[in-house]
Amino acid sequence: MPEGPDLLPRLGAFARLLHDAGLEAGPRRLTDATRALGFIDLKQQIDFRNALRSVFVSRKEDLPTFEAAFDIFWAPPDPRAAAGVMAGRSRALPMSPERAKAWANALGLSSSQMNREQEPTAVPVSSSGYSAEELLRHKDFEQMTWQETEQVRRLLEQAPWRMAERKTRRLRAARAGRIDLRRSARHAIRSSGELMRLFHRRPRIRRRPLVLICDVSGSMERYSRLLMIFSHAIARREDVEAFVFSTRLTRITRLLRYRDLDRCLESVSKGVHDFSGGTRIGDALADFNRHWARRVLGHGAVVIIVSDGWDRGDPARLTAELIHLRRSAHRLIWLNPLLGSEGYQPLTRGMAAALPHVDDFLAAHNLKALEDLGRLLAGLGTRAGSN
Amino acid sequence: MTAGPPTTIEDVEARLRERKYIGDRGLATSIFLALKLEKPLFIEGEAGVGKTEAAKVMADVLGARLIRLQCYEGIDLAHAVYEWNYPRQLLHIRLMGEGEDRRVAEREIFSAEFLLRRPLLDAIDNDDPNPPVLLIDEIDRSDEEFEAFLLELLSDFQVSIPEIGTIKAKRAPFVVITSNRTREVHDALKRRCLYHWIDYPDLEKEVEIVRARAPEAAAGLAREVAGLVQGLRSMDLYKVPGVAETLDWARSLAALGATRIDSSLVNATLGSALKYQEDLERVREQVPALVEKARGA
Repeated sequence: MPEGPDLLPRLGAFARLLHDAGLEAGPRRLTDATRALGFIDLKQQIDFRNALRSVFVSRKEDLPTFEAAFDIFWAPPDPRAAAGVMAGRSRALPMSPERAKAWANALGLSSSQMNREQEPTAVPVSSSGYSAEELLRHKDFEQMTWQETEQVRRLLEQAPWRMAERKTRRLRAARAGRIDLRRSARHAIRSSGELMRLFHRRPRIRRRPLVLICDVSGSMERYSRLLMIFSHAIARREDVEAFVFSTRLTRITRLLRYRDLDRCLESVSKGVHDFSGGTRIGDALADFNRHWARRVLGHGAVVIIVSDGWDRGDPARLTAELIHLRRSAHRLIWLNPLLGSEGYQPLTRGMAAALPHVDDFLAAHNLKALEDLGRLLAGLGTRAGSN
Repeated sequence: MTAGPPTTIEDVEARLRERKYIGDRGLATSIFLALKLEKPLFIEGEAGVGKTEAAKVMADVLGARLIRLQCYEGIDLAHAVYEWNYPRQLLHIRLMGEGEDRRVAEREIFSAEFLLRRPLLDAIDNDDPNPPVLLIDEIDRSDEEFEAFLLELLSDFQVSIPEIGTIKAKRAPFVVITSNRTREVHDALKRRCLYHWIDYPDLEKEVEIVRARAPEAAAGLAREVAGLVQGLRSMDLYKVPGVAETLDWARSLAALGATRIDSSLVNATLGSALKYQEDLERVREQVPALVEKARGA
């Protein structure tokens, strides 16, 4: 490890590297890091690493990025390069493939080295029952021109996405409800201990959190862009979590936070490596149930899955995961863009397996369908046996 | 046992170990730095990896009082900081004679005597010889309003009570915050803290933990149970067992008089490790294979 006057500028450069990789490494943390290093023995590389980690990382997801950055930045210089023997030759990165992947992801590098599962997009021809003269609202997203998409985007952004509400356990003052002993007593004390007036409070009402899980596999390709627009329109709220999947599940919540749609779409396409790949809904939901459900399904969340149900995975697995998911969600809604096409019947293996285990099965092929969804979300009652 | 605050990372490690807490060097480093930099320590990890235990042991290491605030949805200042003892206040006023001055009476009933001190006030307003350890447990269960309040509290370690005034900590407590990540805690709060993620231990470390915490389990049994749990963690389960489950399991088996494991014993006690019906069903089919692997571990 470098010591003395050399260390501080290098630490600053390391913080910038972390910052570029998406970690929060502002001046405050840099100061903490500098102070922390004053308390440890810099010759112990493991302590040096541990100290910087506890200062710069504050999320589990950032751990692999940190480890990779540390490996790259603080790696001992290659003696051969120092001797000028191998000038210009790149050497293997001193890190495991897993870390290298995290690093590539953090920097938004291309995914050419990742194995992509390709699947011929075998989809039945769905003919929308509406002609071009009909209102934009009834036009199938699949057939929209760029300009029409833009119009829809504006409409979606204006739409007041009202969410179903739930009672929280936090109480606030109200005209009726439970007696607020604290305020009533306070008032009584002022009137010489006479309980002259009773105050009340009742549970505060909050919106339910919303979780979107969107299929962006090959068969959904024509809807992907609009789905992203839809997600963007509603995911700017704090309590929306968004995921996409084709062969694997990717969380895009943070990517959708950009206000600017184009920037957001760009970051999503960089961050998601299996756009238009094959579909394994069961596997994606299994991943969700194991790694995300406990984190994002608290407080009576509503879950929306958007998919056409063209699944190459095992239907039994899909069924099992849906049953589990439905138990942990307040409401499970499945949106299917094909449902709008005339004569469509949910006969695909995946859809047939899924249908008995969702609370609502709705279309999502045009703006009107999304508006219907909005109405459903606003008016969600409570399902028996859930909170 | 050594007194006074730890002076090196090795010192922290050794003191944790003396108290049968087997942590890794990373955790010892984070604890050491949190003490030195006087910053709160934010510990995350899956359920049952020993987050709360770390804080408890730290209190013992520092010879300090442990003050624990268990968070839950809807926790508010009346439960976390202070509350006036209204019934007593009312009684006091009612018992007062007619002639007495009301203003004097009000001053009386809004004094420390009528104050119910909750954990946060307790931690701030302390006269302890060693500053207490304040454990804010499972902060992910509270809500954003409470987080915002904590953020304020942690920045200046003072509480203001309108009737009494501002109370500032003479010596700030050592704060440990834990989270199970059932929701994302706000960055602003995390930024104030040093962070440590506690991972599941590897086989050797888990054996060591079982030996230290469940000494009633024989050496061979400890190793086999740890091996079993390691096997379960690599399976596709809804809820993989934590260290707490390993300990429960080892204790259950020891209570049954077992010194080695076999399929029927494992089947009979599997509920110590797995909490979901689906997981139990999935694992049952594979018990013989798991047992064989664990016995070879």
